[in-house]
Amino acid sequence: MTTLFAPGLFTQPFMLNAFLSGTLVAAVSGLVGFFVVIRGSAFVAHALPRIGFAGAAGAVLVNINPMFGLVAFALAGAVTMGGLGKKGQHDVVIALTLVAGLGTGALFLKLSNTYAAGAYALLFGQLVGVSRAQLYTTIAIAAVCFVVVALLYRPLLFASVTRESAHARGVRVGAVDLLFLVVIGVATAITVPVVGALLSFSLMIGPPATAAHLTHRPGRAMALAAIISVITVWIALVLGYDTAWPIGFFVAALSAAFYGGAHLVSAVRRGGEAVSSL
Amino acid sequence: MSGTWHFILAPGFFANHEVVNALWVSTAIAIVSGLVGVFVIVRGQSFAGHALTDLGATGASGAVMLGANVWYGFLSFGLLAGAGMEGLGSRIRNRDVATGLVLSFAMGLGALFLYIDTQQANATVSMLVLFGSVFVFNPALTPLVIAVGMAALVLLAILYRPLLLSSVSPTLAEARGVPVRWVSMLFMFVMAAAVEDGALVLGALLSTALLIGPAATAVRLTARPGRALVWSAAVAVIATWAGIVCSYDSYYWPPYGRGWPVSFFIAVFVLLFYLAARFVPERSRAVERPSLQQEVKVP
Amino acid sequence: MDVIGQPVLQLHQISVRYGDRRILEDIDVDVFPGEFIGLIGPNGAGKTTLLRVILGMLAPSTGQVTLAGKPTRHGSQQIGYVPQKIHLEPDTPLRGRDLVGLGIDGHRWGMPLPNRSRRQKIDEALCAVNATRFADAPVGRLSGGEQQRLLIAQALLSDPKVMLLDEPLSNLDIRSAYEVVHLVSEVAKSRGIAVMMVAHDMNPLLPVMDKVVYIANGKAVTGRVEDVIRSEVLSTLYGYEVEVLRVRNRIIVVGGEGGEYGLLEPSDRSRCAGEEVAAP
Ligand SMILES: Nc1ncnc2c1ncn2[C@@H]1O[C@H](COP(=O)(O)OP(=O)(O)OP(=O)(O)O)[C@@H](O)[C@H]1O
Ligand SMILES: [Mg+2]
Repeated sequence: MTTLFAPGLFTQPFMLNAFLSGTLVAAVSGLVGFFVVIRGSAFVAHALPRIGFAGAAGAVLVNINPMFGLVAFALAGAVTMGGLGKKGQHDVVIALTLVAGLGTGALFLKLSNTYAAGAYALLFGQLVGVSRAQLYTTIAIAAVCFVVVALLYRPLLFASVTRESAHARGVRVGAVDLLFLVVIGVATAITVPVVGALLSFSLMIGPPATAAHLTHRPGRAMALAAIISVITVWIALVLGYDTAWPIGFFVAALSAAFYGGAHLVSAVRRGGEAVSSL
Repeated sequence: MSGTWHFILAPGFFANHEVVNALWVSTAIAIVSGLVGVFVIVRGQSFAGHALTDLGATGASGAVMLGANVWYGFLSFGLLAGAGMEGLGSRIRNRDVATGLVLSFAMGLGALFLYIDTQQANATVSMLVLFGSVFVFNPALTPLVIAVGMAALVLLAILYRPLLLSSVSPTLAEARGVPVRWVSMLFMFVMAAAVEDGALVLGALLSTALLIGPAATAVRLTARPGRALVWSAAVAVIATWAGIVCSYDSYYWPPYGRGWPVSFFIAVFVLLFYLAARFVPERSRAVERPSLQQEVKVP
Repeated sequence: MDVIGQPVLQLHQISVRYGDRRILEDIDVDVFPGEFIGLIGPNGAGKTTLLRVILGMLAPSTGQVTLAGKPTRHGSQQIGYVPQKIHLEPDTPLRGRDLVGLGIDGHRWGMPLPNRSRRQKIDEALCAVNATRFADAPVGRLSGGEQQRLLIAQALLSDPKVMLLDEPLSNLDIRSAYEVVHLVSEVAKSRGIAVMMVAHDMNPLLPVMDKVVYIANGKAVTGRVEDVIRSEVLSTLYGYEVEVLRVRNRIIVVGGEGGEYGLLEPSDRSRCAGEEVAAP
């Protein structure tokens, strides 16, 4: 037991910060991810935290709270994608916005002295990634995300599944798209300090895709996605504390494991259905 | 006169052996990426193309862990991942999420490998894998890298027509007897070869710049596949050269002696080209536009 | 059909131009309650454009659309819209009833609160389109015809006076096409909803269609099928010789030089001569 729950796991102040912010960002990721999966926006969810990473690197360079850089760049990335993506191919615009972000990130990293170690933490996440000040920012931003997702729920779902009908009914689909991009950007940005820029999208895809295998109801799928996501992060934090391996690795591996499990469950269930309906 | 010249090109540019080698290799890589990229755009596979390098990075960090050259890791994992995504994608059907899931898992592994690398060796290794630098490129590998690029081009030339047909209309291609599954699988390999080559110059994170940027520029300028290929390769080469020159020069820029990364400059030039192409008035290409999108019409 | 009273929807002198391209010119249509109207025309004729004008999503260059005497506005609940198709992955966590429910309040902010009357309304709409059987199945796994029924139920839920359907039959086989047409016609008649259905092939609509609006060349002819779908009328509309054949209760419009079936515009061979063909 002491090997799994090593001493200090729940008492170290930085672990407390990590658990608190980890729980919040995981829940937000699950909720937002539900829409990411429905809309097939995996690429956006993958790209925005990396663009945010560039901002964090820039913030480190000029010595301010990296969270500000993260959020600012992720926001700018989201708005750019929304603006440029209206005309022209979507995935191309995402890829190029990503390239712009990463290019700047590479520059900032090179210019600041934290080339390797600091960058590694930002890219792959770390336990001590969340300071007290960042925790407060995280809480505030997560709260905003919850509210916006709750407010957007119906029009976003409407616009995601029957876009033309939603438009005809007066949903401003363009505004909804943009707002959702912004939510993805902000939600992934606050995930970066814990899970890392390269892997924070795992939380937005894995748990919701897992939930989709287990239930067809949108409300339940959302709640389930949030729960799976939180559990994933908790386990990852515990294991990360025990092993000192990167949090991002555990998050990605657990997401994949849960997904595989759910895939099996639903396959077995469907097999059962097919048999019983014979 | 020589003042301006030196301003553009810092002294010793061509005298520097590494730089000249870098220039050669990256020219070849740029051409390959530019040409392959056009098909990536037509097929709408930007995400997959981007994912391949990320996956290659996992291989590269694994290679470092085993003491091998990153290049072998890049290539082997890129090819493997291409096969994996193609196989998984058509089974799960939801390709976007499938790509994301495979990517997420493999990158998690990559994170672990890099962690072990940084514990074992010096920490800059991981940054080299991710952000690359053509100046530290091992010249002994040049022939191999170029050979892989050429192999990709040959395969692309062979696949050209069935690939276009199955990109525009898979059903028609199938009806005509094109083995669509094989074609897309082989194209995955072509794409993997291109991006993993690109990763050597730009690093895993940014090789997407050369794959997507020039091609996206090209298809905005012309709708004819042939011309798009030429444009794309040209833009890729120019952006790469300009990037290398600027990066070399930047050793004389503040902060002195550290130099700005090549990948940054290449990304910047590629983006400038793309943005410029977006401002080309619609009308001048409106007439041509349909032919790339509707190359082959279903009867 | 004997129509009583005032038209519910009036299109008055509608013209749409994009730059100097005229898409629609001086379109006049009166739609009466309960009427079933087929909107027919070749590709690019402007059928979707006309629907967009009616929905208030596109402002016409000239003319006005009035609904029950008042100008229409974008987002009006009085007009139901059924899109052509939905693209959903088979694993999307969304049931038929969730999709339909969006028709009630999908445009409002916030989460839907489950309540009795909401549920009843949804059940009733599902029943009206015969979709109760698959109401709880994931939408992404349903067939095209089944999805189409759900979309119709969705449009019914805002209690519209007019329902617009843009090529709802294009992905359906002939049997399902007839089924959907009958369903729409029955539901609409029983509720006094006027229907405008866009279709390429007018044959599935023949049994129920009260009026046809035939659009071509930017202009439209409106009237009963017998009056509009005639060689003289369509020839005038197209500006070249078109022939209408009636074979065993089916109508076939033949046009241009020797088209075998359907409507072919006369091809302009001279334009192709010497034109470079893009290398494949
Ligand atoms: N935003 C736009 N700018 C310029 N032209 C447009 C625009 N939207 C539509 N058009 C043109 O208007 C014409 C009518 O288009 P519309 O979509 O209404 O045709 P349609 O009758 O619905 O055709 P289909 O049967 O193929 O659906 C087309 O020639 C189209 O190119
Ligand atoms: Mg149309």
